[in-house]
Amino acid sequence: MNDANAGGRAVARPAPPLRSVAALAALELRLTARRGENVLVTLVIPAAVLLFFGGVAVPPGLPARPADHLLPGTIALAIIASGLVNLGIATAYERSSGVLKRLGGAPLPRWGLLAAKASALLVLELVQVLLLVAVAVVAFGWAPGPSWSPILAAVAIGLGTLAFAALGLLLAGTLRAEATLALANGLFLGFLMLGGLIVPVDQLPAFLKAVGAALPATALGDVLRIALESGVPVAPAGPGAADGPLAILATWATGATVLAVRFFRWDA
Amino acid sequence: MIEVAGLRKSYGGRAVLDGVDLAVRPGELVALVGPNGAGKTTTVEIVEGYRTADGGTVRVLGDDPRTGGPALRARVGLMLQGGAGLEPRASARDLVRLHVAFHEGGPSADELIDRVGLGSVTVTRVRRLSGGERQRLSLAIALAGDPDVLILDEPTAGMDAEARRATRELVAGLRDKGRAVLLTTHDLGDVERLADRVAILHGGRIVADASPEELVTRAESGVRFRVHGTPDAAAVERLRSRLAVARPSDGLRSMASERTGEGARFEIEPGGASADVVLEIARWAAHEGLLVVELQAGATSLEDRYLELTGDRDVEVAP
Repeated sequence: MNDANAGGRAVARPAPPLRSVAALAALELRLTARRGENVLVTLVIPAAVLLFFGGVAVPPGLPARPADHLLPGTIALAIIASGLVNLGIATAYERSSGVLKRLGGAPLPRWGLLAAKASALLVLELVQVLLLVAVAVVAFGWAPGPSWSPILAAVAIGLGTLAFAALGLLLAGTLRAEATLALANGLFLGFLMLGGLIVPVDQLPAFLKAVGAALPATALGDVLRIALESGVPVAPAGPGAADGPLAILATWATGATVLAVRFFRWDA
Repeated sequence: MIEVAGLRKSYGGRAVLDGVDLAVRPGELVALVGPNGAGKTTTVEIVEGYRTADGGTVRVLGDDPRTGGPALRARVGLMLQGGAGLEPRASARDLVRLHVAFHEGGPSADELIDRVGLGSVTVTRVRRLSGGERQRLSLAIALAGDPDVLILDEPTAGMDAEARRATRELVAGLRDKGRAVLLTTHDLGDVERLADRVAILHGGRIVADASPEELVTRAESGVRFRVHGTPDAAAVERLRSRLAVARPSDGLRSMASERTGEGARFEIEPGGASADVVLEIARWAAHEGLLVVELQAGATSLEDRYLELTGDRDVEVAP
């Protein structure tokens, strides 16, 4: 490229990528905080589910202290809300209104756009996890099992984030914004009901058990329960207990990512 | 700075661009005009790197816009059509700051907001801005980093007269400072007041590429007039005979007449304007007992020239 320009000015240059990514991630977080519906679905609903069902213990099959089961479940629910619902719907509207296209014309590498979204998502998830753990500890005296595994919990959250964010981006990049809005909310409800997040999967009718067992939400909840040694059906868990649900979660994460990369369209 | 040669693009087998050639040099402002669907936005989106051409070459600052990457995009300011691409829940300041952060150096966000006159709405959410304010915000974003090339898709659409005037001044100032500016517009007022060259896109090709003055001068002016009353076929034939006598050398290449509610309208073009022709029209009308209520001879505006080349009736001429 020719570096000379008129008037001897310094040639316009892109900012260092990390600075651009940080600026975009910060704006993403501010916009999330400004969207009342996003705050509701990512923070209020998971915390309200934990508080309500932890207090009244209505669902069958919960342990003596329901929060033991509900905390891993609501952390999974929060990750679904952030990746599938919040990221998916916001990206769908960004695509339909040309925001993604405009950002594509900015001096930001395409990976930078994804990195900014991922960074904002991880910050949001950190806030969610801290909030939910605080609620569980303060309201229900929750504590993890004696040999809980923070590494396994982090792997579960990482794989879950990848799976649900990729599902959200797959919807956002292929469907109209309105369709993404409807489907993301519908899937959220389906995962909430069938994913063992509140009602353990073994309490579901037989014909729904098989469906529930194959869902990424179920797998994420199970791995989190194993990692935290908290809840049904895995307290205490034996060695290798997480292998099955981890494999299911990894399969969803890989499949959804491959499909999202293959079919995502940046402009409407 | 922008060089387009032999650009071709089809959608569903329909050729939208069929060999477009275009160049914009430093310190030059080129207006790309044409009817709706002529391919203006397709052309600029290929130049911007958003679309891939089926054939031909595009170079912006010597690079292929599809592969130029952030280094090229930092030097090219884009304004999408209709103020598109602005996050509705962000404020004007949020977005300008973001795009300033994408660049190393260049004017500050506050400076850009002031330049486009959005100082009173910096914290207003985009969804509450008027169409003209969104256009100005889009322009401020395009100016982030002080780019060498500006590609503006209908920059003054939706603006009120004051904002349009201010925007034209700003864009003209950028051109005067050596930036290469390519803009598309439906507004021939933009073209007349701003453009060093106007490229008219029609039928997938550039059918004219010249300064607005050259374009008008090149036109062979004609005569248009309207009479009260309803001349019959014989009367029209007598006019044709008179005019043929008045212009025996180059002849009247065409004469079209059209009956209207108030009488009849005639067009003689091109090359028909002369004092003799006007005199013969007056004599003929007097002889036929018709009143000439309107006559335009010799003058051709940019609008007329544009219509002649494209047949587009949707063009605007904003003040």
